[in-house]
Amino acid sequence: MSTTPPTSMEQAQQAPMSDLLICEHCDTVYRRRPLARGDVARCARCNAVLERHQRIGMNTMYALVITVMVVFVQANVWPIITLGLNGEQIHATLWGIIIMMWKEQSQVVAVLAACTLFFFPLCKMLVLGWLLRFGRKGRRAPGFVPLMAVLHYIGPWTMSEVFVLGILVSIVKAQLYFDVTPNIGAFAYAALAVLITVFSGIDLRQLWDKIPPERSS
Amino acid sequence: MSALPRAHELGLIGCHLCGQVCRDNHADDPACPRCGSALHRRKPNSCARTWALLIAAFLFYIPANVLPIMRTASLGDVDDNTILSGVVELWVKGSPDLAVIVFTASIMVPMMKFLVISMLLLSAQRGSNWARRQRAMLYRLVEFIGYWSMLDVFVVALLTALVQFGFFSEVAPLPGVVYFGLTVILTILASQSFDPRLIWDCPDEDD
Repeated sequence: MSTTPPTSMEQAQQAPMSDLLICEHCDTVYRRRPLARGDVARCARCNAVLERHQRIGMNTMYALVITVMVVFVQANVWPIITLGLNGEQIHATLWGIIIMMWKEQSQVVAVLAACTLFFFPLCKMLVLGWLLRFGRKGRRAPGFVPLMAVLHYIGPWTMSEVFVLGILVSIVKAQLYFDVTPNIGAFAYAALAVLITVFSGIDLRQLWDKIPPERSS
Repeated sequence: MSALPRAHELGLIGCHLCGQVCRDNHADDPACPRCGSALHRRKPNSCARTWALLIAAFLFYIPANVLPIMRTASLGDVDDNTILSGVVELWVKGSPDLAVIVFTASIMVPMMKFLVISMLLLSAQRGSNWARRQRAMLYRLVEFIGYWSMLDVFVVALLTALVQFGFFSEVAPLPGVVYFGLTVILTILASQSFDPRLIWDCPDEDD
């Protein structure tokens, strides 16, 4: 771990704004410094992470987004858990769950699940895929600025990784009374959780710097 | 000036949305030159908003715990579970390790959020500079673990969809789960609206 030097009054007035960095958690101003592989710059005042070395380039990110999309489709198409009783089988899919909660007087839960497990993750992937499709060629996608704002606002509202733990708990709970088995969907969700963890180290704000606006209009 | 200058001392503002460092030109409603979003030195009305959301979350938290969240009916034997009795059931019949995870996500995390956020608000409003580094760390912890409380809501939803054999055996959601879902959403909003910069805004006594 190493620290980024704080700036001074004179430097702040002279240095270009892009050389400066403000800690989001305590407002301390720093000078940007190139980070080596594996480096994490932390704030000397509050110890929050200022910046991480981003070793995943835009091409890799684009590939990752497409992988996530493939896995996401699998997780939604296939049943997640199968329950068997007296020769009868019941499969639960994500949309089956959402529709069932709506019918059972828990519309609030149905909407919460639909947003945090389907619409927001889908929206995040599509927006990121769109931005990277242009970004890897060094161009800003149409609608770059509003779409970056969309990514910023829906970022904290995707909960697929919590759902994975929910699947595990449900299987154990249902196993007390029934014969349940995880289905393909459950494994797809587990893979999704791994991919989301890979993504959590990527700071999407870097796209602002990496894809400069085009001069000609 | 201290060794670690802060943005307002240098006449700078950091954009909340894109992180761009902007010069504070003391305009009435400054906007970020890069992303066009409104710039704020601090999140507007942070304390009042956070208090409002936190109190609303707490009001929903009472029915969320008192009312049952799930009905398990099998062969006419009806069993209503609250959050706590669900944890106990897991502990007794199933696996104690999973019971610990559910207990942490559904009971400890929301409780901790209420305590930590109100403590942060009270100390920020009194301008205290007690244990600031630790308070900053607690805030980041609350932000990071907040959404894991949705676990129980998803479990109820999954079991409802799975166990549907008419009168023979059935799982149904009960109102508690709706209140609990709303509690989790409101506490996430509360922790988002708190501005951690307020922790550091009181004058340093001795650094």
